[in-house]
Amino acid sequence: MDFGFTLSPSSAVNLDTVDHARYDRLVQLAPDALTCIGCGSCSATCTAAPWSGMSVRKVILCLQRGRDEEVDAMLSRCMLCGKCTMVCPRGINTRHLILTLCRLDRKGEVVR
Amino acid sequence: MVNRTPVIAVIGAGIAGLEAARQLKDLGYKPVLIEKAPVVGGHVAEWNRLFPDLSPAADLVQSLSKGAGSVKTYTDTEIASMGRLKDGYSLILGNGETLLCDAVLFATGFHLFDASKKEEYGYGIYDRVITNRDLEQWFNNRHDPRVANPKAVGFVHCVGSRDVKAGNTQCSKVCCITAIKQAIEIKEEFPEAEVYCFYMDLRLFGKKYEDFYIKAQRDYGIHFIRGRVSEVGEAIDGRVVVKAEDTLNGKPIKVTLDLLVLMAGIVCNPDAQHYAREIGVAVDEDGFLRSRDNVSSIVESSRPGVFYAGACTGAKTIPETLAEARSAALTIHQYFNKRK
Ligand SMILES: Cc1cc2nc3c(=O)[nH]c(=O)nc-3n(C[C@H](O)[C@H](O)[C@H](O)COP(=O)(O)OP(=O)(O)OC[C@H]3O[C@@H](n4cnc5c(N)ncnc54)[C@H](O)[C@@H]3O)c2cc1C
Ligand code: SF4
Ligand code: SF4
Ligand code: SF4
Repeated sequence: MDFGFTLSPSSAVNLDTVDHARYDRLVQLAPDALTCIGCGSCSATCTAAPWSGMSVRKVILCLQRGRDEEVDAMLSRCMLCGKCTMVCPRGINTRHLILTLCRLDRKGEVVR
Repeated sequence: MVNRTPVIAVIGAGIAGLEAARQLKDLGYKPVLIEKAPVVGGHVAEWNRLFPDLSPAADLVQSLSKGAGSVKTYTDTEIASMGRLKDGYSLILGNGETLLCDAVLFATGFHLFDASKKEEYGYGIYDRVITNRDLEQWFNNRHDPRVANPKAVGFVHCVGSRDVKAGNTQCSKVCCITAIKQAIEIKEEFPEAEVYCFYMDLRLFGKKYEDFYIKAQRDYGIHFIRGRVSEVGEAIDGRVVVKAEDTLNGKPIKVTLDLLVLMAGIVCNPDAQHYAREIGVAVDEDGFLRSRDNVSSIVESSRPGVFYAGACTGAKTIPETLAEARSAALTIHQYFNKRK
């Protein structure tokens, strides 16, 4: 039935129900992802970020919160230049992390 | 200067008082320890394993009390009043004795913030909400059934610290690293549990602390969520629902937990304020005893013959406390040398 208005879906994250299968698989394959401190160096230095919204920091965070659509949108914009890897203070191989992620589907299966 | 051996009243037999008393005795003085509690060791006697090396707290307390073994020690003894004399101080003890001394060393330590004052976190209201102190006690005696086999555990940083409304603007300094230590210990105990730390800033300044943090992330998969817990509620099954903002994400976040551990902060000990007033020693805005200078003379008060060691001047780690205890003993030694 059309009431002439819609309800916005809640943007709250419920950690009880979040599906982080893909994140769990990622950290098996690239355990350094666990040590991200959200400093933002990767996004600040990313050549693609200003135009595309790519951010490794956000990719990792969105994965932990089960927000796969945003993850996929961001991944499609990465040029794999590897600049972010040079600046990460935790020594995370972010380029390898992105490549690993691209091989996983949303359930965390290796499909490519 | 008098010809007899100078007497120094050391108030508080926590680690600061014990170590300072031992040093003073070795320097040839006559320290007298006055401890309110039935046992010595102060807060450290309540802890289980110590950061950053997970060494047993009991070993440290034992070796410090052994060191101060031959020092005259009153336990279970309060000080009824303190007064100034021409060349020293007089203390009237709760047992009726009067102690005349040439110098006073405050080693009165801190109080742990009363977490039930932050009602929104539900300590004392919800069964599954405990404090850092309760968890240390559980590691020591395993009695608390609330800690049984949790599947999800949360730690709330800055409880009663950095909080104008709680009356404490200061950072307690030790609770970020304590939260990480306890989170790791929970994971060791219950490897299947999901563990979350809710923090405003992570302040991990000390030697090996950052390594501890990396270990918590990489080896134990502990989740760090930047956001201050705003409220805690009880679910129908007795578990607790925690709400915060995931500030790195800009989204509200909630999670249901079997156990919530509040990192109660380090606040001033009102006893010290009371004595300070009696003998004319200044107290800082945060309620801790005021040093003559916060850079160059932290263990001295602005009154001759009154000295400080440890957490009575602010939050301290154990190595800092012990260093201050030794420093206070030397400063007292210089004070008497000058008076000769
Ligand atoms: C949860 C928690 C865990 C911690 N874990 C660690 C750790 O792992 N490693 C580390 O380096 N640090 C740790 N700390 C910090 C450590 O507890 C302090 O550095 C230490 O307790 C300071 O010692 P203190 O002797 O100055 O004070 P206290 O330990 O507070 O001792 C003060 C003593 O004075 C006595 N006293 C108080 N008032 C009177 C009075 N009026 N008359 C007579 N006696 C009195 C008290 O009974 C007590 O015995 C931790 C702190 C907290 C809160
Ligand atoms: S590898 Fe991708 S995310 Fe990293 S800097 Fe280059 S474009 Fe940006
Ligand atoms: S630079 Fe490294 S630590 Fe910083 S946000 Fe990016 S991945 Fe995380
Ligand atoms: S040490 Fe950490 S938890 Fe404790 S008051 Fe400071 S910032 Fe908060």
